[in-house]
Amino acid sequence: MAQHLKSSKSTFLNVLRHSLAFGSPSHASRHLRQKLPHGGPPSIKKVSPNPLTRLCNTMVDTLSSSHEDTNNESFTNIQVMDFPGGKVSFTPEIHFISESNEERVPCYRVLDDNGQQLPNSQFVPVSKEIAVKMYSDMVTLQMMDNIFYEAQRQGRLSFYATAYGEEAINIASAAALSPDDVIFPQYREPGVLLWRGFTLQEFANQCFGNKSDYGKGRQMPVHYGSNKLNYFTVSATIATQLPNAVGAAYSLKMDGKDACAVTFFGDGGSSEGDFHAAMNFAAVMEAPVLFICRNNGWAISTPTSDQFRSDGVVVKGRAYGIRSIRVDGNDALAMYSAVHEAREMAIREHRPILIEALTYRVGHHSTSDDSTRYRSADEIEWWNKARNPLSRFRTWVESNGWWSDEAESDLRSRIKKEMLEAIRVAEKTEKPNLNHMFSDVYDVPPLNLREQELLVRQAIKSHPQDYPSDVPL
Amino acid sequence: MLAEDASFTVTHVHPMRTLDGITLPHVLRFLRFVTLPGKKKMAARIHGGAGAGAATALSTFNPKKLVAPSRTNLPAARSSKRCIVAAAGSDASKSLRVGHSQKLIANAAVATKAETSATTGTGHELLLFEALQEGLEEEMDRDPRVCVMGEDVGHYGGSYKVTKGLADKFGDLRVLDTPICENAFTGMGIGAAMTGLRPVIEGMNMGFLLLAFNQISNNCGMLHYTSGGQFTIPVVIRGPGGVGRQLGAEHSQRLESYFQSIPGIQMVACSTPYNAKGLMKAAIRSENPVILFEHVLLYNLKEKIPDEEYICNLEEAEMVRPGEHITILTYSRMRYHVMQAAKTLVNKGYDPEVIDIRSLKPFDLYTIGNSVKKTHRVLIVEECMRTGGIGASLTAAINENFHDYLDAPVMCLSSQDVPTPYAGTLEEWTVVQPAQIVTAVEQLCQ
Repeated sequence: MAQHLKSSKSTFLNVLRHSLAFGSPSHASRHLRQKLPHGGPPSIKKVSPNPLTRLCNTMVDTLSSSHEDTNNESFTNIQVMDFPGGKVSFTPEIHFISESNEERVPCYRVLDDNGQQLPNSQFVPVSKEIAVKMYSDMVTLQMMDNIFYEAQRQGRLSFYATAYGEEAINIASAAALSPDDVIFPQYREPGVLLWRGFTLQEFANQCFGNKSDYGKGRQMPVHYGSNKLNYFTVSATIATQLPNAVGAAYSLKMDGKDACAVTFFGDGGSSEGDFHAAMNFAAVMEAPVLFICRNNGWAISTPTSDQFRSDGVVVKGRAYGIRSIRVDGNDALAMYSAVHEAREMAIREHRPILIEALTYRVGHHSTSDDSTRYRSADEIEWWNKARNPLSRFRTWVESNGWWSDEAESDLRSRIKKEMLEAIRVAEKTEKPNLNHMFSDVYDVPPLNLREQELLVRQAIKSHPQDYPSDVPL
Repeated sequence: MLAEDASFTVTHVHPMRTLDGITLPHVLRFLRFVTLPGKKKMAARIHGGAGAGAATALSTFNPKKLVAPSRTNLPAARSSKRCIVAAAGSDASKSLRVGHSQKLIANAAVATKAETSATTGTGHELLLFEALQEGLEEEMDRDPRVCVMGEDVGHYGGSYKVTKGLADKFGDLRVLDTPICENAFTGMGIGAAMTGLRPVIEGMNMGFLLLAFNQISNNCGMLHYTSGGQFTIPVVIRGPGGVGRQLGAEHSQRLESYFQSIPGIQMVACSTPYNAKGLMKAAIRSENPVILFEHVLLYNLKEKIPDEEYICNLEEAEMVRPGEHITILTYSRMRYHVMQAAKTLVNKGYDPEVIDIRSLKPFDLYTIGNSVKKTHRVLIVEECMRTGGIGASLTAAINENFHDYLDAPVMCLSSQDVPTPYAGTLEEWTVVQPAQIVTAVEQLCQ
């Protein structure tokens, strides 16, 4: 039936052509053109002064460009050309694709600003255990940030970076993943570690760089890493973890594992070359990796308007052939659902997924930053109070009867005690041994490093007063 | 002073290498760092590079069979046409084909032919790029985690044919063609390594790996350390570099000088089919990230290599020609210019000791030191630029460690600090030529 229709359309086109003597080729040369592979070059059309002719010409163009029957006459082949990369249809109109859509890509959310579930909202159901754990971990993360930040201000920590405002992104995404999914964080995602079971003591150990730190005191605070929990050590350089994540996804795909790679980065990170290359690679390699962008509006002092001119980060997915979604990052349920669905798709279909989580960086970039220098304190306050991810989710959890004020205060007092104890212990714990300055550079220290260690030890021995006394030798 | 302070003990002193009679104040002499990872016992034979006593005793290593001594390479006249040809497959569109005068080719260094191999009898002849391919294929057969990634490495077989046939044998996933972004596929390799694979990352030309510098320095070199040893990165990064035949400045980079500072990586340079295969295999088996430098002009060197499996020690230098008068340290293509000069020098009555240092990071100061103590004169011949090259670092290391043994200042012949010109005549003169080597030796030996 369809074939019949097609052939009648082409007959019609032919009739149109012949009766209007469309185009330059004569009847004879049309026969000739049929022999050319791929129909040969497109014919040059002269614009006819006759309006009826013009109308018919346009009709021919429109019809033939949508006509996909390749078995038909050559003149239809001319209108659709096979370039490397596939067929493209031609258009006589000079038309530039607009730099942006009129409407921005809508943002997926499940809870409204007050934590009420929106009508007709689609989301992945969350059990009571998961919901309570999610909320508790969000509270824990916030309190941990509070206490570590204060510790830095008191001079007990050298540095810290909080995740205020992004607790939902941290915890909800972690909750939607499996423990086998490998995480490549930027530096504002300690919540993922927290969800997976990293204890407050372990966080404190890393921040204080003591000998119990898994990183052996070699990195700044908040540069956590745990191979046990599949959380790759934070590398401070922005977006370098994105290609690493693609490589890990490729490795998981080779092993046929039911797991994906997940990598986090900010709006600023999406400007790095590595972001674009990693997205492209992931698409070409068909690697199961989730790119989760925490678009929190600020890259230190650079607002997103100075970072890119596209409609956020979500539209960049299409440029690389990657399925994308924009989510309300302060909505824990929406984050959970989006990551859950994305993970399924990534593993089942071997494809990367881009998730842009819109949120706001309530805290300063780090303890080395005072963000009131470049944004208003009112703005920060508004996001902290009115759009707080914790309170929104708490309302929903409580509405299910799974939480109460009592549970809240119990939790908070327990966490506070645990945190203060963790800090006390971490502060007291010995620093790593001096030989750890030289170990792990290679699997076995080569001659030059052993020599250099000798020189350091010698220097310490002869000038002990110039070296910190709390570093065991 | 160091000897008194030494709180460490003598670790391994090779029985065939004890130095008699010389009291050496520097603690260096007593240390022989363990050169192979403790975790793995090498099942294959190890061919050491040194002339006498090729096998090395390493406490953590148990070779099933030790190679018989003396795998020395002595120069022999060879058809020079074969050697220094722009090494690319006949249809490689990436290679730059230039007609070249016989004169220039005749000047080019000669390949060395192995003397009667210690492993007598069979062996098979192949070209250097085939040796690399053989090593890579053997490792991929041996360990399913080994994979290759790079541009055009798959069905195209690689721009220099090192990965030829591998995609057909191992599939598209294990021999991965990537889009053009060196930083991204190097980063990919690092991420894959952290999750258990052992990628061999190919830079189509070493110069392009400058784009991957960030990943190599910040992630590859550092993550084992900063993660507290939790994640290892057993990648091999390899590719052709060096000055070719009119490849232009951007394709004639000597990356070893840029990379040598990066902590956490090892660097080796191959120069013969024998050590190319051996180093490739050793690099893949190493738990550390290793950068294997190949040279564009050496891919078509032909040599007979053993049939049985062997690997070369990553941290060892190779004794090319033992001698008494002067130590000439070199690596990669310059080895052949040095050997060409050596012929002339021998005719003039000199007895140079030629060492192919092979291990660019760390330096094999043991072999080098022994040589310096014997000859008391050092000439370094390299292709790097004068400023900040391997030669510069090696000069400093030798001066620091063996100052007492030098009868003359260490001399270093390098390329000039200029981008490599395209014009053939100019290009020829940016690279150290045998005549200059002869003059330098004569000067040093006065």
